[in-house]
Amino acid sequence: MKRRDYVSILPRSVAFAFLAPAVLFLATFLIFPVIWVLVISFTNTALTGPAGTSPSFVGVSNFSQLFNFARWMRLGEFGNALVNTVIFVLGSALLGQVPLGLAIAMLFHKRRGLSRELVFSLATMAWILPGVAVAFAWIAFLDKDFGNLNAILSVFGISKIDWYFDFPLYSIILFNVWRGTAFSMLLFSAALGNIPPSFWETADVIGASAWQRFRDIIFPLIRPNLFTALILVTLWTFNVFTPYLITGGGPLYRSETVSMYTYRIAFKFLEFGRGAAVAVIMMSINFILATIYLSLQRRRSLYGR
Amino acid sequence: MDVKAIFYKIIFVIFVVLITSFFLLPILWLVAAPFSAQATLRVTIPSVVTVKNFCAIFRNTFAVRALFLNSILIAGGTMFGVTLFATLAAYAISRLNIRGRDIFAYLLVLFSSVVTGTAAMVPVFLLLYYLKLIDSYLGVIFVLIGGLLPTGIFLMRDFVESLPKSYEESALVSGAHPWQVFRDVAIPILRPGMMVLAVWAFVQAWGDFLIPLIVIRSPSKMPAPVAIYSFYTEGGTPVLTLISAYSLLYAIPVVILYLLVNWRYGFRFFGGIKGGGK
Repeated sequence: MKRRDYVSILPRSVAFAFLAPAVLFLATFLIFPVIWVLVISFTNTALTGPAGTSPSFVGVSNFSQLFNFARWMRLGEFGNALVNTVIFVLGSALLGQVPLGLAIAMLFHKRRGLSRELVFSLATMAWILPGVAVAFAWIAFLDKDFGNLNAILSVFGISKIDWYFDFPLYSIILFNVWRGTAFSMLLFSAALGNIPPSFWETADVIGASAWQRFRDIIFPLIRPNLFTALILVTLWTFNVFTPYLITGGGPLYRSETVSMYTYRIAFKFLEFGRGAAVAVIMMSINFILATIYLSLQRRRSLYGR
Repeated sequence: MDVKAIFYKIIFVIFVVLITSFFLLPILWLVAAPFSAQATLRVTIPSVVTVKNFCAIFRNTFAVRALFLNSILIAGGTMFGVTLFATLAAYAISRLNIRGRDIFAYLLVLFSSVVTGTAAMVPVFLLLYYLKLIDSYLGVIFVLIGGLLPTGIFLMRDFVESLPKSYEESALVSGAHPWQVFRDVAIPILRPGMMVLAVWAFVQAWGDFLIPLIVIRSPSKMPAPVAIYSFYTEGGTPVLTLISAYSLLYAIPVVILYLLVNWRYGFRFFGGIKGGGK
């Protein structure tokens, strides 16, 4: 190591002063809440009623209520929300966003021009426009009598479908594919751009087919990005709340995900003890996903990629 | 062109049309309905283009205040805080020779991924309740800053790492104080990065719905995404003319900022960042 690496541009005292505001915010709004939510989850904390003034320790009863297997699969219970969430994540993240994003990135890999600009801009818009605005647009899009989706399907002779009542979970899956594909698209697009041109030239010389190119060049080289995308998209989809603005978790809790369930228990029923128990479970799942993501990242940097 | 090439071309065109429709059709309503006198959920090209709906919104003081005061205060305050604190922190992390820098980065990603969404709002709401910050702009802004800072620090770190240290070192040699070096040498070079960070933080805070929904109680402080849910008749039916026009007005700043960033820097990936907000 060279000597100059030890020349410190910032003296420690100044550096810590620079770090102080960020550390204060992170400690208050990220680290402290994790510890506190654990404590609350073992109490009957509420803002109203007798528990509001003096919450008491209730042991694991909040958790055992959630996992009361006699009733937990009923509509509106935790098990129902958990199953919905698994379907929602599998459908919209793993089967929807990631493959679609990869397909778009590959299709436009070596193309420039209007069609690429159009598709990339529209997908990015879907990703960054405010959730409330796009939620109203989607309510209109999926409407049984006036919606665009049924209008288009009627061209193909498909009669009106009541998306909200008959397929609420599929509706929010479709919405979430629309909403989030841009991330995978941009990630894979950048990854494909990093493949050295000589690889393509070699493939051209030996006359490799499209499938061979995918199997032998694209897939091995973007595999790390593929895992990154799968984990991150799963993590975000698991926590996403925007679909609530379209179905409200309804009808009759049939499209309620865990994140909507948490909202209902904590902020509609104001049962913070039970809400905290769900939050602890959600954060544990987040923790597992984030740890997998970070260990993948670490292994990648080990290989210098 | 041989037959195979034409075949591929057709397949390509079909795919592009399908993808474009998939991304375009759901938001067509947002650009058509606001200009129609009787907006329904149907998307039609209005036979008579009207700006009546927008006039109605501008006459509604509650709606104007939500969009042009409350939303701007919340997004602006968050933008200011995130940009300032993330730049300071990223600079310090990058320029401080300290063991455990990587651990710090590791923990930052971990905590920000774990404490997110509605799950995070359970303890955060109670925290704000005891800090007496419920129903205040500051409450919303603080929570947003806390949620956006980790990603912001990461984003800024990439920019700071690409800044050569020699400029700062020569300034130090000529006797400048580290703060002066930061202000007069580092900041001017980091400005493009800070711009991107500021736009990103603004868009995240502008679009956030969950935090103000939970934290803000009084109508006079509601930002646009919460205020829009008051455009319902007493019977509970949404007034679609107002909702569509208001949604469009609310979405336009994001479109403008996107175009600005795309034109100025090219919309691309800055270290694989998507804002999570909360």
